[in-house]
Amino acid sequence: MSAGAPPRLWPRLGLALLVTLAVVPFLPKWAAFLVTLALAKGLVALGLLLLMRTGLVSFGQGLYYGIGAYAAGMGASALELGDAVPLVLLGATAAGLVALLLGLLLARYRTIFFAMLSLAFSMIFYGLLVKTSALGSTDGFNVAARSTFGLPTTSPVGRFGVYGLGALVVFVGAASLDRYLRSHLGRLAPAIRDNELRVEYMGASVRNVVHLHLVLAAVLAGAGGALTALAVGHVDPETTYWTTSGEFVFVAILSGTGSVAAPFVGALLLELLRSFAYEHAPNTWQLVVGASMLAVILFLPEGLWSVFRRRRRAA
Amino acid sequence: MSAILETRGLTKAFGAVVAANDLSVSVAPDTVVGLIGGNGAGKTTFLNLVTGYQKPTAGTVTFEGRDITGLAPRRITRLGICRSFQIPQVFDTLTAYENLLVGLGIVSLGRRAFVGSALGDQAPEAVAEEMLQRFRLGEWRDAPASALPEGVRKLLDIAMALAVKPRILLLDEPTSGVSADEKFALMDLVLGAIRADKVTVLFVEHDMDIVRRYTERILAFYDGRIIADGMPDRVLADAEVRRYVTGEPVPGGA
Repeated sequence: MSAGAPPRLWPRLGLALLVTLAVVPFLPKWAAFLVTLALAKGLVALGLLLLMRTGLVSFGQGLYYGIGAYAAGMGASALELGDAVPLVLLGATAAGLVALLLGLLLARYRTIFFAMLSLAFSMIFYGLLVKTSALGSTDGFNVAARSTFGLPTTSPVGRFGVYGLGALVVFVGAASLDRYLRSHLGRLAPAIRDNELRVEYMGASVRNVVHLHLVLAAVLAGAGGALTALAVGHVDPETTYWTTSGEFVFVAILSGTGSVAAPFVGALLLELLRSFAYEHAPNTWQLVVGASMLAVILFLPEGLWSVFRRRRRAA
Repeated sequence: MSAILETRGLTKAFGAVVAANDLSVSVAPDTVVGLIGGNGAGKTTFLNLVTGYQKPTAGTVTFEGRDITGLAPRRITRLGICRSFQIPQVFDTLTAYENLLVGLGIVSLGRRAFVGSALGDQAPEAVAEEMLQRFRLGEWRDAPASALPEGVRKLLDIAMALAVKPRILLLDEPTSGVSADEKFALMDLVLGAIRADKVTVLFVEHDMDIVRRYTERILAFYDGRIIADGMPDRVLADAEVRRYVTGEPVPGGA
């Protein structure tokens, strides 16, 4: 009805889910793996999208990504959970609980102080993992789910179980976040970014909303970490290292915050770019990735997603 | 009639500077009160103390019989006191419509949590549309607030304060930054829109013609104190007010 509000996204996201699932049998294994990784990392960037819309940039999302990955790994080995679904739920829950605790402190900080404090927490966790020999120190340990939705990984369909689960988690995560951002509570995100004082004077607690968004972003990152652990079959402290966190910020900026679909387009593009750059320029692939980032910042300051938006406006 | 807002001995000191000195004011419900005084006289400090932005050094603020001294602005807003700002505090990247919806949404969230939606409240979206019409902001509905002219931003700022359904509205210089020939039209519009809801209004103003025309009572501030309090004509004729506030020559005065 209103001219300003964009149409609801979930039908199109649902279509994307069906397409993603339908192409599975035709994909070579390496491509399915690449897409799964992109979906998992896109989830972390989706959490960053929520934080960025609230006016915050976290350089420590690797913390929740790593917690999700290790929780899934420990769930499989210590708790003997064999199915991928409870492992992903476990990873998301563990990350959310940690954010609930750290948020008590983090929600008080903004700008560079918030960014550095979140980075510090992720590096403390990295340090702990490296020193913990029971968790394999710097080597980490192997993770294997026996089934997904009860389908054994050895069966023809179950082989792509983690891929399908990733697509489903992305659909639920993106559609829910899209709905949330259109709600009265979700609308406070840009309001807080624009003017915190006024939000308080309208009767809402900025700190509580920021705290909630930290937890939501962590849940998404935790699910992404668990999916990565299951797809790769291995976890190590690298998941929580600062370069990993930086990569998520990279994806979020590359994608733009215009739509909940953007982080997945950005993540997929980065994975493709990295694979091909690594193949054709093994010694200078970081240069290629960096140059692409520079190009996006210079020519598409609102991220890749603005290409879609401009086309729609022109139409 | 019992007071809706009452301050007793309200004092705020910044080191040796006393910005508010022993302010005792009692405001009756459903009235319009003007706050006048030169720069640094303590008008805005008074608003800041009442709305919780600053905590008083001494004294109390009572709203509808309840002590609200030192509560956070959001708690005071929820109880029913809201304010507009001298420099408009709007959400720049949101449209005028969305700006109103932020406040209305917060109110409806609070209602749902505590009373339930069974009150038959209008949907926030409908109220936002209605308020845009009432404040004649219709043509700016979908424009981002950053692109609005200053006078319109001012109006939007006031409409936002009214959106959270206050019982008392404090307006900090509603006509500053508005051209002289538009001031009366603006005040007609603003007070018309506000008074329809029987909201008590306190506003800071420098234009004495505006104050005389729209208020039932004036508080004159000087050096952190209230030097005169009463009917507009009496306060504006007061010798101290003329010397320290309006700057008019005092007949027969030194």
